[in-house]
Amino acid sequence: MSAPVVGTDVPRVDGLEKVTGAAKYTADLKFPRLLHVAVVRSPHPHARVLDVRTDRAARMPGVRAVASGRDFPLHTGIYLKDQTVFATDRVRFVGDPVAAVAAETPELAAEAAAQVHVEYEPLPPIFDVEEGFAEGAPLVHPDLGSYEVVPWIRPKAGTNVCNHLKIRKGDYASALKGSWKVFENVFRVPQVQHVPMEPHVSVARVDLAGKVEVHSSAQSPFTVRHLLAHCFGLPHGDVRVHVPYVGGGFGGKAGINLEPIAVALAMRCRGRWVRLMVDRHEEFFATVVRQGLTATLVTGVDRHGKVQAQKMHYLWNCGGYGGYGVNIVRSAGYTCGGAYEFPNVEGDSIGVYTNRPVGSAYRGFGMQEIHWALEQQMDRVAVELGIDPAEFRLKNCLGAGKSTVTGQLLDEHAGRVDLCIRNVAKAIGFEPDRERTPYRGKGIACAVKAPAMPNDAASSVILKFAEDATLEILISGIDYGQGLMTVVAQFASEALDLPVEKIRVKGCPDTDLSPYDWQTVASRQTWATGNAVFRAASEIRGKLCATAAEALSVPAEELSLRGGAVVHEATGRALPFERLVMGYQFPDGHAIGGPVAAASSYLPEGLLFLDPETSQSAKPVAKWTFGAQAVSIAVDPETGQVTVEKVAACYDVGKVVNPALIKGQTYGGIVQGLGTGTMEELVLDPKTGRAVNASLMDYKIPSTEDVPAEMAVDFVETAQKDGPMGARGIGEHTMIPTPAAIANALWDACGIRISEMPITAEKVWRALKAKERAERGAKAAGEARVPAGTVA
Amino acid sequence: MKKTITLDVNGVAETAEVEVGQTLLRFLRDGLDLTGTKEGCNEGECGSCMVLLDGRPVNSCLVLAVEADGRSVTTVEGLSREGVLHPLQKAFLSQAAVQCGFCTPGMVVSAAALLRENPEPTEDDVKKALAGNLCRCTGYKQIVDAVRDAAAAMRAGAVAGGEAGKPAEREEVPA
Ligand code: FES
Ligand code: FES
Repeated sequence: MSAPVVGTDVPRVDGLEKVTGAAKYTADLKFPRLLHVAVVRSPHPHARVLDVRTDRAARMPGVRAVASGRDFPLHTGIYLKDQTVFATDRVRFVGDPVAAVAAETPELAAEAAAQVHVEYEPLPPIFDVEEGFAEGAPLVHPDLGSYEVVPWIRPKAGTNVCNHLKIRKGDYASALKGSWKVFENVFRVPQVQHVPMEPHVSVARVDLAGKVEVHSSAQSPFTVRHLLAHCFGLPHGDVRVHVPYVGGGFGGKAGINLEPIAVALAMRCRGRWVRLMVDRHEEFFATVVRQGLTATLVTGVDRHGKVQAQKMHYLWNCGGYGGYGVNIVRSAGYTCGGAYEFPNVEGDSIGVYTNRPVGSAYRGFGMQEIHWALEQQMDRVAVELGIDPAEFRLKNCLGAGKSTVTGQLLDEHAGRVDLCIRNVAKAIGFEPDRERTPYRGKGIACAVKAPAMPNDAASSVILKFAEDATLEILISGIDYGQGLMTVVAQFASEALDLPVEKIRVKGCPDTDLSPYDWQTVASRQTWATGNAVFRAASEIRGKLCATAAEALSVPAEELSLRGGAVVHEATGRALPFERLVMGYQFPDGHAIGGPVAAASSYLPEGLLFLDPETSQSAKPVAKWTFGAQAVSIAVDPETGQVTVEKVAACYDVGKVVNPALIKGQTYGGIVQGLGTGTMEELVLDPKTGRAVNASLMDYKIPSTEDVPAEMAVDFVETAQKDGPMGARGIGEHTMIPTPAAIANALWDACGIRISEMPITAEKVWRALKAKERAERGAKAAGEARVPAGTVA
Repeated sequence: MKKTITLDVNGVAETAEVEVGQTLLRFLRDGLDLTGTKEGCNEGECGSCMVLLDGRPVNSCLVLAVEADGRSVTTVEGLSREGVLHPLQKAFLSQAAVQCGFCTPGMVVSAAALLRENPEPTEDDVKKALAGNLCRCTGYKQIVDAVRDAAAAMRAGAVAGGEAGKPAEREEVPA
């Protein structure tokens, strides 16, 4: 066995293409006589569509296709089919597509789109989630009861609730009654945008034989194919989806996005390639965003500082459609207690339609939002009880022998949040007796997340050799930065003892040729595709050894693989892969074996549905990844500006496959977390429902100048039983706890709490002023009450 | 309205007829198929489209193609020559400074301009120089490390080149 490859800094296998500019992204592809698309979007947040007249646009020179809801009244959506390709009878957010035009140039397309006449009857819009949830609220989807939906999502017809997951564990009511102290707080998170550097783009053609071909900046080629086939009533085999390199997704390119519009137009101008590319402005509100959240938490503790009763009420602002968002609601439900063991739980996670942009997957899949609430709540309780916040977390956190909110009993392989807490507390200097400096503070927060996916979400791979014994690996997981192609090469290298240089991972899938993969989401790829790689590699090993055994006339069991050769240790004889992969030829000319290849797959094992009433389940998810972050901050009392000086992060990832890449994921997650935590919010005009900050000038994301001076990153490696070499997911987890840790540090620094994300300088400044006023008031009242001459 | 322009792109003389309103970004990507230069916003806010115009970094979405007439343009494709990487490209690989890669061309080009002006930048210098290049993936740390690494390698290369008479790694930016 050569030196280990897993656990080392193997450089990205897709790096060379990316640093030279060779890597092709969807918008870089050239298509003959490409047509350009302009979409007609609703200017109203909520309106009835009375009429759509496209005849004038269709007659304009250079226009090749026009499509609207009349032509394509087809429903789509990954879990709940609540959306049509184009709005038919009603628009539900500003930006809702009503029609689209394909023309010879982008300018002609835009001119023609302006000539599409749409008659609207405005309806009262709902932007606020509580308003949408209130009884008697105007309905965003009056037909909710008739939509097709997977059985584990529960929309409530006649309301705006598109999913409701209930957790009932133990006896919350009695436990609350028996509590020593009770704390109730409300926390809010606004909608934010993913802001991938590459905006969404999809290209489609329907050929004269009716076959559909799509190139798209997408996270999930097979899900795109599946949903396109369903939506347009086509056999899957007639739909072909290619995904080239993708310039960031963060969940915003999961499921299906622009593809149906491009295909609808392509259907009306067969033989022509049609490209729909949203610009940066549209990217902010017309593509999906992260859902908003209003969380109400009640915590009852006993005299020992142990939480006995915990209530969590999560109201999700899903926006106009919930096709994907309903599963965030579900995931936030079965993870509602975060990294803690709560013996008695009442949890409700409720998705609510409003007339805001469409909520969907965003790195963390609801977890950053609920941790914003939970981790501040835990901090408040600890502070009120006079217990060190790290200590309080350790007292209540999950671990081996503890049970989650669904009643799942964790074992010793589950990952150690306690070690992560201790690790970051130490790294940031979180000792209870630390020296205090005004306006400087430290905060801590935990994180947990499981992959949120259907129980049968699978990944598969194909391994095959080229003539020179280069191993080619076909995957359909997308490497949009997280490093999947590289870790796949590392796993195969490790399994077959083949140098990484002899491996090529084909990471830009084509559904006609590549193996099936459900989606690249849920931090599931290293784990699921990784497992499939090991399975396929073991088959490859068997084939190579069988041929070599016959060639060398030795038993196959005595053979091993080393450095790209099959070796018989006892005799020192070896056959390089080159002599085996296309078949072995004996000196007399006869040949055995044949081109060596293997296909394999991985499907999570033993997952069980949640109980429909209580959501109790012994194994609702495949795995949990735990972690914690701690931060130290400085607050400028004059401006309210918060500077995050240091962030310490620690996660139990099971196995560090590539230290340089996992650090990159963690730095990236921390800074993205800093963005949503302190800067980002998609703001709508409360009258018109239009996004007022839909540009990179007005919606700031972190730049080099916002990066903390120090980021200390560490990992715990409690092997995941069913993980490849023990590895579990990490990509999304890295941004979950950052905002809550900053909020908690803010309390530590200056005694204020910001319960509504993001923590902007303005909010901090206002809170400091309010605190000053309150203190002055208290002082004055105190002086007034104390008679002169009284000895305190 | 169209106009004929002649310019040097990555050391190659190009003559083309362009619409006067066309941006340099469009011209490079559509006219010359130099798609390494990316469009992230088309309004000068992200740096994905950064190229060197006569050695200075510009957002090519804000420059008209006709403005580049008679001038020299370096794109990411011009930083490596016949398979030999620019020290910055090497450092981006060795420091794991690349994730999705969409910002990478603009970053590398922007950093090349910095190192030309300032061969020994501090961490703050690098952060300042790259403040107009947005990256949503990396958290910037490994990018900043890579730029400083490349600077060190280039200084060492220049010294080695001078002393041992070996050719310097290569001129980082064509004038
Ligand atoms: S595309 Fe030019 S700055 Fe964004
Ligand atoms: S690597 Fe993805 S935007 Fe920078």
